[in-house]
Formats: sequence, C-alpha cells, structure tokens
Amino acid sequence: MPRIYFEDIVPGSVTTCGPRTITREEIIAFASEFDPQPMHLDEEAAKKTMLGGLSASGWHTCAIMMRLIYDGFAVNAASMGAPGIDEVKWLKPVRPGDSLSLRLTALEKREPKTRPDMGFVQFRCELLNQRGEVVLDSAYPGMFAKRKREAAE
Amino acid sequence: MKFFDDMQIGDRREIGKHLFTAEEIKRFARSFDPQPFHMDEEAARRSHFGALCASGWHTTAACMRLIVDYHKDLAAEMIARGERPAKIGPSPGFKNLKWRKPIYAGDTVTFASEVIELRPSASRPQWGVVHMFTQGTNQKGERVYEIENIAFIERRAA
Repeated sequence: MPRIYFEDIVPGSVTTCGPRTITREEIIAFASEFDPQPMHLDEEAAKKTMLGGLSASGWHTCAIMMRLIYDGFAVNAASMGAPGIDEVKWLKPVRPGDSLSLRLTALEKREPKTRPDMGFVQFRCELLNQRGEVVLDSAYPGMFAKRKREAAE
Repeated sequence: MKFFDDMQIGDRREIGKHLFTAEEIKRFARSFDPQPFHMDEEAARRSHFGALCASGWHTTAACMRLIVDYHKDLAAEMIARGERPAKIGPSPGFKNLKWRKPIYAGDTVTFASEVIELRPSASRPQWGVVHMFTQGTNQKGERVYEIENIAFIERRAA
C-alpha cells in the first residue's frame, strides 16, 4: 500500500536517492538498443565528437533518473505517472564510472476541479555526479492520488 | 543528415514506426520504471490506465532509435550520391514532452518530425542548433506523444 498521497507532499521538501554508478557496459548496452551513435558506443570514435569521450545517451540518463525517482519516492507514493516533462537540460556528459544521485524538489501543488480524486505536484528534478556537478536539470508535473475518504476517516 | 544550412522551417519527415510488445514494455520497466502499470497486466488493469502500457521513457528511447536509424539511412543515400553527410552533435536537452495517451501493449506508433527553429550556434561557428517538433500517432490515429527535440547539426564550411 502506498504511504505517500497527494495530501502528504509538502512544497519545498527535498527527496534524495542514490548514488547509482553507471558502467561502461550499461552505457553501451542501452545505446546499442536505443541510441546507437558513436559517442555512446565506442571510446575511440567518441573522442572525435563534441563530447570528447564515451558518454551515456541522454535518454539513458533520463531512464536512470526515472529509476531513482521510483526507488527513492514513487515506490512509496500513490503515483499516477506524469502527463509529460516541461524541460530537460543535459548539462554535462555522463561518463563510465560516474555515480549519479537524485535531488527531487517538490514545488507548487495544483488540484484540478474536474478531478477530485487526484492532484498535480510540480517538481524540479536534478541528477548530480560524484563531484556534485548537476548533469541533468528538469521540471515536470507528477500526478498523485488523494487518500480515499473512507481511509482518512 | 542534411547540413544545417540546407534545412528549412517546416521541413517534415516520417521517421518510422515501432510496435510496443508486452514483453518489451515489461523488460524496459524492470530496469528503469517498475511501476505496477508497466510491469504486470493484472495490476495495470486495476490502475487508472486500465491495461499494461509503456513507460513514457520507453517511448522516448524507442523514438530515438528510429531517429538514429533514419539518419543512418539518409547518410548512406548521401554517400551513394557522392555527398558527405553532415555530422550530428549532441543534444543540449528537450522541451514540452507530452505523453498524451497511454501506449498499450500491442500498439504501433508512427513518428514524424518537423523543423520548427534554426539558429546558428553563437559559441560554436561550425554548428547550428535545430529544434524539431516530433509527434507519435498510434494505429487508431490518436496522437500519443509530442516532444520538442534540440540538436547540434554541422554547418557547411563558410
């Protein structure tokens, strides 16, 4: 049973999760399936690109962000997913051996009049590497169920 | 890939289509997004989605694969004509990603892109910054996915 419902999320609160270390094998495996470009597949070819060395696909970084959001927050929450992502900035390359940590900040909350059973929480979501550098900065609205009236009484 | 200088606002292209199988949906979810509605048919039936559906991040990854394959085919055609294809640089990010409707197991989504903004890079004169609006449509003709992708694309030497 979820422990965190819409009502429990406090604007300003920060959730952290990780670190999770990303290996060369993981980077190449993800890229081979979803983003087979030289900068994500091959060290020598990657050196000649703008990234200057083997780097994780940005979509891989987003998928790791999702996993950290799940492990650190959504696993305990009455999450209903998200309708989208306002913006993602890939600020720095993610290299083999980097350890990524999540910093998830709840911002404002919204309760749509047409949906009394749920609400939206706007989040800022950052991934930081082992040097404390923000490698990914993003903003999105999460959807969460409210406590059922019977359960609250 | 076409060079930045040969692109125009409104250029549109079909990128390709992808069938989201239940097996693939669950495999992606196990690694990256193990929420019950992406992992298990029965749990998904009880959720607000009503049936097993793909992680939104699975959709972005599958779309990226189609974009990469599309560019490889285009590069091969250019080389066959004796032209050099433009280099594709990294992406600084994206905007306005919308998972408009769930993508259910068995759905086939067709993706198409349109150039919406072209800007020479201020700091890297050999590169231009291209904004593409990409959308995905399922087999029923419903728009399920939208995103504004951004990428560095090589410019022709001045």
